[in-house]
Amino acid sequence: MTKQSPLHRRIAARLFGKGIQAAAHIVTAVRADWHGCEPIDRQRVYFANHTSNADLPMIWAVLPPNIRRNVRPVAAADYWLKNALRAFIGKDVLNAVLIDRRPEARAEGENPMQDILDALSQGASLIIFPEGLRNMTDQKLLPFKAGIYNMGAALPELEIVPVWIENLNKIMPKGEVIPVPLICTVTFGTPLHVHADEDKDTFLERASQALLQTDPDFRRPSRKIPQPEATA
Amino acid sequence: MIPDLVVLLIGAFAFLAAATGIGRAIAWKYDPNQSNPTIQNLNARINAWWGMVIVLGIALLAGHTGVILLFAFLSFAALREFMTLTTKNRADHWSLLAAFFVVLPAQYYLIWIEWYGLYSIFIPVYVFLLLPIFTVLRGEEKDFLIRISETQFALMICVFCASHVPALLSLNIPEFDGRNILLIAWLVIVVQISDVLQYVWGKLCGKTKIAPRISPSKTWEGFVGGILSATLIGTMLFWLTPFSPLFAFAMALACTLMGFFGGLVLSAIKRDRGIKDWGHLISGHGGFIDRLDSVVFAAPVFFHLTRFGWT
Repeated sequence: MTKQSPLHRRIAARLFGKGIQAAAHIVTAVRADWHGCEPIDRQRVYFANHTSNADLPMIWAVLPPNIRRNVRPVAAADYWLKNALRAFIGKDVLNAVLIDRRPEARAEGENPMQDILDALSQGASLIIFPEGLRNMTDQKLLPFKAGIYNMGAALPELEIVPVWIENLNKIMPKGEVIPVPLICTVTFGTPLHVHADEDKDTFLERASQALLQTDPDFRRPSRKIPQPEATA
Repeated sequence: MIPDLVVLLIGAFAFLAAATGIGRAIAWKYDPNQSNPTIQNLNARINAWWGMVIVLGIALLAGHTGVILLFAFLSFAALREFMTLTTKNRADHWSLLAAFFVVLPAQYYLIWIEWYGLYSIFIPVYVFLLLPIFTVLRGEEKDFLIRISETQFALMICVFCASHVPALLSLNIPEFDGRNILLIAWLVIVVQISDVLQYVWGKLCGKTKIAPRISPSKTWEGFVGGILSATLIGTMLFWLTPFSPLFAFAMALACTLMGFFGGLVLSAIKRDRGIKDWGHLISGHGGFIDRLDSVVFAAPVFFHLTRFGWT
C-alpha cells in the first residue's frame, strides 16, 4: 500500500483477516503440509493451482503469522475492485498487488509486471496463480503465464515454491453457494529457481511439473490417478 | 449416578497422571534430546488423552444433552474426514450437503427424542434408498455405484454407528434408572483402554504381525495381551453396569473384539487410499476416526446386546 490507511480501517482489516482464517479452519479444517520446504520467513513466490475463489484465503490462512505479515497475493484488479467490500478485502485485508488482466483497461505505458517487481524489491513475498484464471477443466493444470519466469529471471535468488491446494473444487464447485465441509490440505513443495540460461518455456514446464508432483495424490502409489503426462 | 461418575473420572485422572509420569520418565531416561519419534509420539498421545478425557468427562457430567452434542460433533468431524477420501464428483454436491446438514442432524434429533423405531432404520433404510435417488436426479452416471456406496458407508460408520453411543441413554433397563450414562462410560473405557493396551503390549513384546499389509503395527502379542487385559478391566468395572461379572466379561470381550476389527477394517481403507492417518486434529493420534474406529464398531453391537438381554 502506498499510504497508511486510517486506524479504524486497519483494525477492521485485522478482524476481517481473523474471520477469514477462522472460517477456513471451521469449514475445511485446512492444514499445511510443509513437504518440500520449511515455514520460514524468507522472500519467496508461492505459486498455486487455482480452482476456486477460496484458494487464496486457504493459503493465506495456513501461513504462520510471521510469514503472512510479509506476503502479498497477486490478484486481479478487475475482480477485486468491483465493489467496496472486495476492494476492502483485496487492499486492506490481503494487501494484494492488484493487476489488471485486461490490457485495454490499463493506463498508457502501465506494465503490470513492474508492480510485481516493485513489490518484490520492497522485500515482500508473493502468492500467485500462474494459470491466470480458475481452472474449470478436467485437466489438473492449465498452461502457465510468464509471470513467475519473469520474477525468477529478475531475481535468481528468489525461491519459487509450488503450492498444491487439494479438494477445494469439491468443497465448493463452480456455481455452488454452500460449501461441503471436507478437509483441505495445502502442500508446500520444493523451491525452484530460474537457472542462468533457462528459457521461459523450459522453466514454465519445469514449474508445472513441480506443482503436479507436489499434489499428495502423486505420491500415493495405490490410487489410480492420471500421471502428469496424461494432463499435458 | 453422579457419585460413581465422579469416582470414575478421578480414577481416570489418576491413571493419566501415572501415564504422564511414566511417559516423561521414559523420555528423560531414554530420549534426552527429544529425537526418538516413538517416545515423542507416546507423550503426544498421552497429552491428547488429557484433552479427550476432560471433554468426555464434561459431556458425561452434563448428561443427556452433553453426550448427544458431543457425539453429534464427533460424527461431523469423522464424516468430514471420511468424505474427504470418498469418490465423488460435482453432481454429488447436494447429496453431500444433505449428508452433513440433513442426515446427521436428523439422526441425532431422533436419538434426542428417543425414537428407537426410526433412528435404528433411518440411515440403513431411508437414507440408503433416498440419497441415491437424490443423486441420480443430477444425471451423472460416471462411477455411480462407487459414489453412492462410499457415501452410504461413510454415513453408516460416522453417523449411524457413532450415534449408537448416545443411543444407550434411551434404553430402559430395569433397576438401572438414571445410570445409563455409566454404560457409555463403561463402553468407551473398555474399548479405548483395549486400544491403549494393544499398543502397549505390542510395543513391549509384539513380534508376529497379524496383517502386515493392512496395519503394520498390529501384532498377535498386542492383540491377545490387549484384548485379555482390557476385558479383565471391563469385568472389574462391572459395578458400573447392569451386568453380573460373568456377563460383564462376555460383553467386554465382544466390545474389544469388535473394536479390534473396526480398527483393522478402517486401516484397510486408509491403506487403499494411501494415507497414514484420517486427519490431523488430535495431536499424536491423527484424526477423529483414528480414535473412534474401535468405538463405532463396538457401539451398535453393545447397544443391541444390552437391549436384547437387559431391557
